[in-house]
Amino acid sequence: MCKPLHIAPLLMAATLLASCKREERTLRQPPPASETLNTIQISGLNPGANSIPTPPSSNMYQESAYAVSEGQKLYEGYNCVGCHAHGGGGIGPALMDRDWIYGSEPGNIFATIMQGRPNGMPSFRNRIPEYQAWEIAAYVRSMAGLLPKGVSPNRTDHMNVKPAESSTSEQTPIGITGLPEQHK
Amino acid sequence: MRSPAKSASLGWRNGWSRIFVLAVLQVGLIGLQDAPAESGLVLQPTVEQNYQPRQYQGQLEPDDGQWVRPAKDYASTRYSSLDQINAGNVKNLKLTFTFSTGMTRGHEAAPLVVNNTMYIVTPFPNNLYALDLTKPGAPMKWVYEPLPTPASQGVACCDVVNRGASYDDGKIYYNTLDNQTVAVDAVTGKEVWKTRVGDINKGESMTMAPLVVKGKVLVGNSGGEFGVRGWLTALDGKTGKIAWRAYTAGPDKDVLIGHRFKPFYPQDRGQDLGVKSWPPDSWKIGGGGVWGWISYDPQLNLIYYGTANPGPWDAEARPGDNKFTAGIFARDPDTGEAVWFYQFSPHDLYDYDGVNENILLDLPINGQTRKVLVHPDRNGYVYVIDRATGEVLSANAFAPITTSRGVDLKTGLLQYVEEKRPITGKVVRGLCPSAPGAKDWQPSAFSPRTGLLYIPHNHLCMDEEDLQPNYIAGTPYVGANVRMYNAPGGYGGEFTGWDPVEGKVVWTNPDRFPVWSGALATAGDVVFYGTLDGWFKAVDAKSGTLLWQFKTGSGIIGQPTTYKGPDGKQYVAILSGVGGWAGAIVAGGLDARDESAALGFAAAMKDLPHYTNKGGMLYVFALP
Repeated sequence: MCKPLHIAPLLMAATLLASCKREERTLRQPPPASETLNTIQISGLNPGANSIPTPPSSNMYQESAYAVSEGQKLYEGYNCVGCHAHGGGGIGPALMDRDWIYGSEPGNIFATIMQGRPNGMPSFRNRIPEYQAWEIAAYVRSMAGLLPKGVSPNRTDHMNVKPAESSTSEQTPIGITGLPEQHK
Repeated sequence: MRSPAKSASLGWRNGWSRIFVLAVLQVGLIGLQDAPAESGLVLQPTVEQNYQPRQYQGQLEPDDGQWVRPAKDYASTRYSSLDQINAGNVKNLKLTFTFSTGMTRGHEAAPLVVNNTMYIVTPFPNNLYALDLTKPGAPMKWVYEPLPTPASQGVACCDVVNRGASYDDGKIYYNTLDNQTVAVDAVTGKEVWKTRVGDINKGESMTMAPLVVKGKVLVGNSGGEFGVRGWLTALDGKTGKIAWRAYTAGPDKDVLIGHRFKPFYPQDRGQDLGVKSWPPDSWKIGGGGVWGWISYDPQLNLIYYGTANPGPWDAEARPGDNKFTAGIFARDPDTGEAVWFYQFSPHDLYDYDGVNENILLDLPINGQTRKVLVHPDRNGYVYVIDRATGEVLSANAFAPITTSRGVDLKTGLLQYVEEKRPITGKVVRGLCPSAPGAKDWQPSAFSPRTGLLYIPHNHLCMDEEDLQPNYIAGTPYVGANVRMYNAPGGYGGEFTGWDPVEGKVVWTNPDRFPVWSGALATAGDVVFYGTLDGWFKAVDAKSGTLLWQFKTGSGIIGQPTTYKGPDGKQYVAILSGVGGWAGAIVAGGLDARDESAALGFAAAMKDLPHYTNKGGMLYVFALP
């Protein structure tokens, strides 16, 4: 039998630790833009034996529950939902699965939003401010379970059409920057 | 959506209990979702017992054994007088040749046959293939590649389909997804002209098959889910120059409404209704595309075509009747002038486009022969309308309906069910038919030998939550969460033999999935259609009994056609290749864990990926 009373403080401490970052909100911080963009790679092939693999890009917004929640709101507001639905796709590809045509890294998603992609993805440059694109990129990753559970949205105020992002199990990305040998 | 204030106030003290409650709530909600929603059926189709085949008394166009436009004739019967293949011998039908299109999106086009050449149009990138029917195996004569911009795929609501081409005066005419109408020399495959008629940056795309009437190529746009302004355009068949354009909404001069416009019902009369029945300026982005079928009556010199749904789906954003969407126009093909209009779904609430086919027939109605058009609409009724005046003579349910109680034949008005009216921010359940309607684009066929209309259709309902939409040109303008499911009975589609005079079902073949292919009727009393899981079927025209079937490589959403080959034999052709709105889950590799995928269609099609795979292929059959 477990003794809940003894475990409780531990749980609380763990929660506190986990909560530190998720509740952080930074006002007017410069978006992690340009240097990431320069290292974005949309091929998994690096010619030359001594080539240095690109370090994974980062997105500070994906550590903040607030920013991810903002990203969710913007995802609807900019009509991303009209093509990609709530991650299952439609006009555009699904975003909640393992397949990432143009890469699953935060920088890849940011670049996809800003540059557009040839087969129908519009370029939202000059329409979506950069920091909002990063927030959307963070939310998009949450759909495939790529963000910590504590940061991902755990409910919707709308018709329940899928399990919440926080209960979506991590979909190991495949595609250009993923693991080719795991391709379905 | 969670508000920032709310999430910030979620402190750690009460965090656990909140999370626990939320978890329980969510499990509860997901559990509920699986229970069949209360449908509260209002109407079911009536079944006709002991139907006595009523030989058609009207005239059909002479048949030369070719197939020069998707609907076969101007009356859109999709009936062939060829009878070599009949109910007795169809069981011997064998595959004669195949042709791979090399494409993996939905193949909705009808194979045309002109001068011993077969023409097929593929989905995006809309290649046109010519196959030589005089040689064994029908080798390719040429391919025409219009190279539409790949970006146009981003404004195609429901897969990048194309519904085919039309032949006239030595040329093949069709539309590309990126809004170009092209004329191709039918012998050489050389482009004769190419005219840009729309703009993807306004959300426009083109998927419909043109109809050529008196040297004018009639084409319309798609994009009711992208806030387009719908239109029908006539181009000169020789030069590609635009002769006239009739908008669906806007001031009378844009809609080509003038002194000849005499709608039957008073609600369709008045000045500039295409402006006044909308909130200010909403008609400019109000949808009403023309992406379906056009019919033509040479005696009355009138064309008939339906207009698509108004946008956005969130109906509270557009109070008013939203003229002239979700209805039917009769126009003069020479000038484009409107002669009458009737609105199937005024202030449409459920994406009930009015674009379905209109079959022009002369039918005995109350002891009198009337020139009518028969139109199975998305809203669930088969309308029989006087095609000279626009008077509705009958409207009978051909699928389960909860969203309306019927059509008032005195006023012509659809009787909506108030408690099924979608409200912004509220989930309304058990809406039948669902957004693709009791029947979507998939065209019916009519046989003069049985007097029956053969209707491929859906058997679906939906839940819908309307949301405030946000118009950004070139992106979807919908404002709704939708999830679809099978209507009571547990199956998603039907193929129905329908008596248009009595307005009743004579027989119906249920199918696991919506029947998304066209129908073909023949003088051999065999009717052909295909299913989403890939079966190409021949059924008895009188009873619907299955006589023969062949499993193709992919789901079928194409339009079957038949022709007399150079050897004098009758052939039957069909494109296989799953996709379209119903098959997008396979063609687009969608993830059905999200029930709102493909505008909610994925929820009803969860099983389809277990039944079929993508891949376009032409199949042609004949008797040995």
